[in-house]
Amino acid sequence: MVERTPILNFFTHLILFAGFVFCVAPFAIVAIAASHNLKDVNDVPMSLLPGSDFWVNIKTAWTTADLGPKLLNSFIMAFGVAAGKVIISALTAFSIVYFRYPGRMLMFWLIFITLMLPLEVRIVPTYAVVANVLEPYQAIMDLTGLSWLIEKVSGVQVSLSLGLLNSYSGLILPLVATATGTFLYRQFFLTVPDELTEAARMDGAGALRFFVDILLPLSRNNMAALGTIMFLWAWNQYLWPLLITTDQSHAMAVTELKQLIPNVGGAPEWHIAMAGTLIVMLPPLIVVVLMQRWFVRGLIATEK
Amino acid sequence: MEKRVTFSKWTIGILFAVPQLFLIFTFFYWPAGQAVYWSLTLQQPWGGGNIWVGLDNFRSILSNASYWDSIAASMIFAGISTGLAMVIALVLAALTDRQLAGSWLYRVVLIWPYGIAAPALALAFRFILAPEAGFMAVVNRAWPGFWDPGLDGADAMASIIIAFSWKYVGYNFIFFLAAFQAIPRSLIEAAAMDGSGVIRRFWDIQFPLITPTIFFLLVINITESFQDSFGIVDIMTAGGPANATNLMVYKIYSDGFKGLDYSGAAAQSIILMLLIIALTIVQFRFIERRVHYR
Repeated sequence: MVERTPILNFFTHLILFAGFVFCVAPFAIVAIAASHNLKDVNDVPMSLLPGSDFWVNIKTAWTTADLGPKLLNSFIMAFGVAAGKVIISALTAFSIVYFRYPGRMLMFWLIFITLMLPLEVRIVPTYAVVANVLEPYQAIMDLTGLSWLIEKVSGVQVSLSLGLLNSYSGLILPLVATATGTFLYRQFFLTVPDELTEAARMDGAGALRFFVDILLPLSRNNMAALGTIMFLWAWNQYLWPLLITTDQSHAMAVTELKQLIPNVGGAPEWHIAMAGTLIVMLPPLIVVVLMQRWFVRGLIATEK
Repeated sequence: MEKRVTFSKWTIGILFAVPQLFLIFTFFYWPAGQAVYWSLTLQQPWGGGNIWVGLDNFRSILSNASYWDSIAASMIFAGISTGLAMVIALVLAALTDRQLAGSWLYRVVLIWPYGIAAPALALAFRFILAPEAGFMAVVNRAWPGFWDPGLDGADAMASIIIAFSWKYVGYNFIFFLAAFQAIPRSLIEAAAMDGSGVIRRFWDIQFPLITPTIFFLLVINITESFQDSFGIVDIMTAGGPANATNLMVYKIYSDGFKGLDYSGAAAQSIILMLLIIALTIVQFRFIERRVHYR
């Protein structure tokens, strides 16, 4: 620091220590409660020394909420969303930055607007679309008279229908359909020197070749950051999976937590609930810790 | 900023954008349009057809007292939790930026809450703030009936605000710290040489320079408080007691999917969309003027 400020330094440490406690205490309380038995966890005040039932509780929570398959589902969904975003956003950003075509700015704005309205506020109609994902196309064919024409000519009545409720695609695709990643890539592609493109073109590389061999390897950092952020974001999704997975075989770990809330009138099994909470909060936490450096850089770059 | 060098075969270029266009049409524009259409019709549940009713859905929602309660609850929630999360994060980031011994620890740990799913932290806080177990029970023993989020609306609101702010303190902290660290050291050192103290330097140099970040986070926090709150409300209070925490996004869900009132839920979605857009615009208009961009 610039000058000696012992009193200020003392208060700085004091406040930061309070912040540290504020931040870590909930994690600690969850872990400690998860190690108690039914009686100890409901003691007033609860003992802050760890109990001895940690693994028993973890096991009970694991089987009660059937967390094995649920965690696998969460992984599949989070990975699918992350991969989908990373790939599709890169393709779109490449198209926007490296080509000039009519309607390019319109497309840019069409994609940009998707950042404004999150899934939560258009949840009801999105649910309807996922129940029959071909509904928009059926409606377009009906409106343009195309289905009428087909029926006249071939006698076949067109009724497109493809339900995606209780499926991984139904879980993943609507979450991929926003533009968070596109803008991260766009910002990055714009900083790639023109000389590189020129050189690639002179060497006879086409657009695809340039994209795969030069642009993508250069964007490794952005991909890692975007992938991490999207993985966390998808893992933590709650409302969407809650709605579209009525069938237990596609339920997510996060939505299963609700089953662990102690019932009114039942035994207050907070130790089991906290063990389940710990299991579900752990995977994203590990990702945050491992990817911290990427993650912070990426977060600041996407501003999301 | 535009590229000087581009590829000439633009027909191929469009193809690269097709997957995204297909996705946003199917899962964004179509449902958004559908929401507008439904909000203007009376939709029968389970495909029983619909009748055009114009603005009747909006009229009936806006004349419903419980909807105004929901708006009020959302505003209180957004205002207090954003305020708390921003101020706490700003203080912690400003102090961490002083780089005393051990400040790396805060930099590492304060990011953790960001990774926690809202429902998981909601369940954790439901336990931490339970009236009959743990620490609030101690308080309740000293002052019987002091704390009961299951019965007292204000306590329930306080619970969800605490959980939400806890998560966003970590989120805001990252951005604030990055903003502080982007300020050139020499600027602060020069001011110190001129004899200005720590507090003076904060208000005259650092604070003006981080206003873009404050502005950005304000928009993000308020918007997120309208959406990301769903999991917290569902796990901690389920909108209760007596609708005290029935925030707008939760009401859309419960009216639409539990009450099967698709038209009403669609109209509420439109209002929420307009509100989010309006908030963003208002903040741009009124706050951006005082923001100093570098």
